Order: sequence, then C-alpha cells, then structure tokens
Amino acid sequence: MITLQHYLLVSAALFSLGIFGVLTRKNAVNVLMGIELILNSANINLVAFSHYNSANMDGQIFAIVVIVVAAAEVAVALALVLTLYRLLKTVNLDQADMLKR
Amino acid sequence: MVMANLQSLRYCLPELTLFVAAMVVVLVDISLKSLRRILNPSLTLLCLVLAGYLSLRAGAADSGLFQGMLASDSFAQFFRLLLILASFLVVIGSLDSDELSPVHSGEFFVLLLVVTAGMILMANSTNLAMLYLSLELVSLTSYIMVGYLRTDRLSNEAALKYLLYGAVSTGAMLYGFSLLYGMTGTLNLYAIRDAFVSQGVDGFNQYTLLLVVLLIMAGFGFKTAAVPFHFWCPDVYAGAPTPVTAFLSVAPKAAGFGILIRFFFSGLSQGTGTQWSMMHGLNWSAILVGISVLTMTLGNIAALTQNNLKRMLAYSSIAHAGYIMMGVAVLSQVGLRSVLVYLFVYVFMNLGAFLVVTVIYNSDKTFEIDDYAGMSRRSPFLTVAMSIFLLSLIGIPPFSGFLGKLYVFGAVIDQGIIWLAVVGSLNAAIAAYYYMKVMKTMILDEGDKNLPPLKISPVNMSLLVVLLLPNVLLVGFWNSIDRWVAASARLFSHSL
Repeated sequence: MITLQHYLLVSAALFSLGIFGVLTRKNAVNVLMGIELILNSANINLVAFSHYNSANMDGQIFAIVVIVVAAAEVAVALALVLTLYRLLKTVNLDQADMLKR
Repeated sequence: MVMANLQSLRYCLPELTLFVAAMVVVLVDISLKSLRRILNPSLTLLCLVLAGYLSLRAGAADSGLFQGMLASDSFAQFFRLLLILASFLVVIGSLDSDELSPVHSGEFFVLLLVVTAGMILMANSTNLAMLYLSLELVSLTSYIMVGYLRTDRLSNEAALKYLLYGAVSTGAMLYGFSLLYGMTGTLNLYAIRDAFVSQGVDGFNQYTLLLVVLLIMAGFGFKTAAVPFHFWCPDVYAGAPTPVTAFLSVAPKAAGFGILIRFFFSGLSQGTGTQWSMMHGLNWSAILVGISVLTMTLGNIAALTQNNLKRMLAYSSIAHAGYIMMGVAVLSQVGLRSVLVYLFVYVFMNLGAFLVVTVIYNSDKTFEIDDYAGMSRRSPFLTVAMSIFLLSLIGIPPFSGFLGKLYVFGAVIDQGIIWLAVVGSLNAAIAAYYYMKVMKTMILDEGDKNLPPLKISPVNMSLLVVLLLPNVLLVGFWNSIDRWVAASARLFSHSL
C-alpha cells in the first residue's frame, strides 16, 4: 500500500538531492539539472496532496503550470549558457568569475 | 466576493494594454525598419502613459478578479501606478545610454513592457499558482534584460548568476507552496488564512509552518534582495547595463514587497483589510525583524569598502530593503503606510543616482568612484544633482528620502520596538559615511585637470531635472502623500 507519506519522502529526497547538486556541481548544465529536481519535488508534493488530501484539482493544475514554467526557464537558461560558451569556450561556473574580483 | 472571468477583464485594462503594447512593438520593430529607432521608444512611452491613465480610471473593485486569482483593491492601484511610473522613467533613462545603444533595442522595450505587466500581476495575486506564475514571468524577463549585452562577458555572467540564484530560491519557495497546499488543501490566500484560523496551528504543525515560511521567504527575499538571499545582488547590479540595474533596484523590489505584504498580511495573519493581528501559532514578525536587521547591517557594512559605484549602490539597495522590511515586520496600518511611502520616494532617488552613473559612463567609460574626482569642476550641475540624490538616500531633510525614513522609524517606535529603531538609525549613520564619501570625491578631490567639461545629452538632462524635482519638492506635498498612502493601505480581505 503506497500512502501519502511515501510520496512525501520521495519528494523530500528529490529536493535535498537537487539542493546538493546545485551546491556541488561546477558544470552549469548539471546545476540546471539540480534545479529541475527541486521543481519536480514540489510537483510530486502538489499532485500527491491533491490526490490524497483535498477534494479539488488545484494542486494538479498547479503542477502543470510549474512544468510549463520550468520549460521556459530551461530555455532561457540554456540560451545564457550557450552565449557564455561562445565567449569563454567553457560551461564551468568556476571560470565565470570576472565579477568577483 | 469573487468575479467571473469576463467581468474581471475591465479591471485589468492596464495590464492588457501593456501586453498588447508589447506585441505591437514587436510588430513595428520587424516591419517598419526605417522608423523603428523613433517608433519603438515613443510607442512604449505612449502605452505606459495609457496604462497609467487607465489604472487611474479603473478604480478598485474590492473583489477577487478571475475567480479569486487577483485582487483589485486600493493597494493594487498604488502598485500599478508606482510600477508603471518606474518603468516610464527607466525607458527614458535608457534612451541615451552608451551601453544599450550599440545593441538593437526593440526587444528591450518589449521585455520592459512585459516585465511591467508581470510585476503588476505579481503584486496583486491572491492565489499561490498565480503568484508563482507572475513571479517567474518577472524573473525570466529580468534574466534576459540583465544578459542583454550578448557580446559582453560581464553582462552574460551576471545573467547566468542571476538565473541560477533565482531558480534555486523560487524552487525552494515552490516547495514551500506545495507544503502549504498540503496543510490547507487550497491555493487561495484567504482560504489558507481561514483554514489556519479555524483549525488553529499547534504542535507539529507549528514547526511545519515555520519551515514553510522560511522556504517561502527564500523566494520573496530573492526578489527584494534581502539577506541571506542577496548574494546575486552586487554581481548582477555590477554586470547588467546601468539602465537595467536602475530598473532592477526599484521596480521588482517594489513588486517583491507588494507580494510579501499581500502574502503575510492576507494569508498568514488575522485581519479585516485595515487592521491585522498575528495569527496564533506563528510569529512571522520575529522572522522578518531578524531578516531586516541582518539585511540593513550587512548591506551597509559591505557597501563601506566598495570602489565600484554600481556595486556600492547595489549594497545600498540591499540596506534599503532592510529599512523597508522593518515597516512590513511591525504588522500595523502605520507600518504598511510607511512601506508605501518609502517605496514611492525610493523610486526617484535611486533612479536618479543610477542616471548620474549612466551619464558619467557615457563620457568617461568608468564606474570607479575614484574616477569621479574633479566632477564639481567638470560639471557643477551633475555634482549638485548627485549630491541631492545621495542626501536623499541618506534621509536628510528636506529631501524626500527623509519622508521614507521618518515613516518607517515612526512605525517601528509606534509599535514599541525601540531597539529596532536604534539599530535602524545606527545603520543610517553608517550609510551616511559611504554616500558622503562619493560626494567628497566629486566635490573636494582635484582629479585630472586636463579632463574636458562633461557633456550631458538633452534627454538625460531633462530626465535629471524631472527626477530632481520630486526629491526636493515632495516634502512640501506631505499632506497629499499622507492622504494617498492612507487610502492605499487597504487590502482586500474577503474569502471565497
């Protein structure tokens, strides 16, 4: 029997992995993957809560909204990574450090 | 009271105007190649004026638009006007900037129109899904605006940094939203409040709610550039084209405070729309007080050592977010008014300071404070203008910044939190030092005697005058501002 708690554990694990990935990865594309994990952990929460806890569909619709926004976000992010690659010939975030001084 | 979709449209005319204007500017930009240099900015300005006029006309409906997605109250009216005004001034400020003019400019105006509409929606949303959607609309467009100089490495790095910090903090906020949905079973702010008030928050729920508030503050803190979510701020402000930096430092910050107030006042406290009290089981005021103390102290101390004026203004804008946060944290009618006054006067002083940065960059290609030496000889007018903007930022009477500080500190003392007011005034004293240092460099330091007098283009000159006037004169209209703000500090409070 799969209960709400199982879903919440999976999503908490995904969220933590996402934060861990964002903090440790140096490759910009890997960091973006970490961000996707964070967004999807919230999606799992929303759908699970909507299914088990409440009578309305709000959570599932919110999840679809999040998926659309995530796609738009990745489009912008990859465009920026691409222009950075054209300028630096690398997507390593450690080398994008001109602003730090 | 909730309004159906079609009836709601007439209360959203300003936002609709902005979205239509964005599409028109795209079309003009690709179809009328010879005229676009003139048509793009003039159409943009015209549509912003139209949107401003419509928002004056629209009036508050005092009901939830689009089945309770958006609020249309006098608070919403205030933010509409404020954000449209800020965008209008930024468009004029971007016309004569050497950073932006080599790049083709059509998209810039389109992005600015879209982000303005997004900010208005964001400050007015009363549903978590709408809130997230509009917040991301603002974020995504501002990422592109920061990275607008495609061939410039700094601009690019700034945009990528902004995006990564932004995506993580809004992701954390979204996770908080999902938990909030799980606790209450609804996405509507008023229904969330009703659920908490009727069930009561106790035991384990208290800790969950505390965690939720911290996660959500990551998103709002990112938008308002509050510590500890401020790391992006100096880098992004330094790397972005100066008009974009000026825009980011006032408009999204104001919208961020708008939604912060709406979320905490309507969603997480008991109240009627003009009077609020803390909800049992969650003391968010203490969290915001802590954030505000950290924000102003760190912002001011970091600003002391900056040599790049854009970075210094970035830290100073973090510190100002701290002062404004004090007004939110006290949770009172007076506090709410103080936030509105502060945001209003902040638009003129900060845009003014950044405009001076743009003007000096246009002729000298530098952002270093040391290079400003001898400015009083090269352009007395610019020196006087910058001094007034900086004195206003310090909060010295009779300049308008004084009004903001007066209201905020007044609200804190009114609530009896004397120690917070003391910390705030100590911070204002630290801030005076680094603002005065810039003035000292411009007025007293000799600099290179061979540098020619500084030229100011007519557009920038007139905008400087337009921005100076409110800084000098607003204190004289104290009564009208007080009345306007008192009328605006009324939140829509009904539930479904």
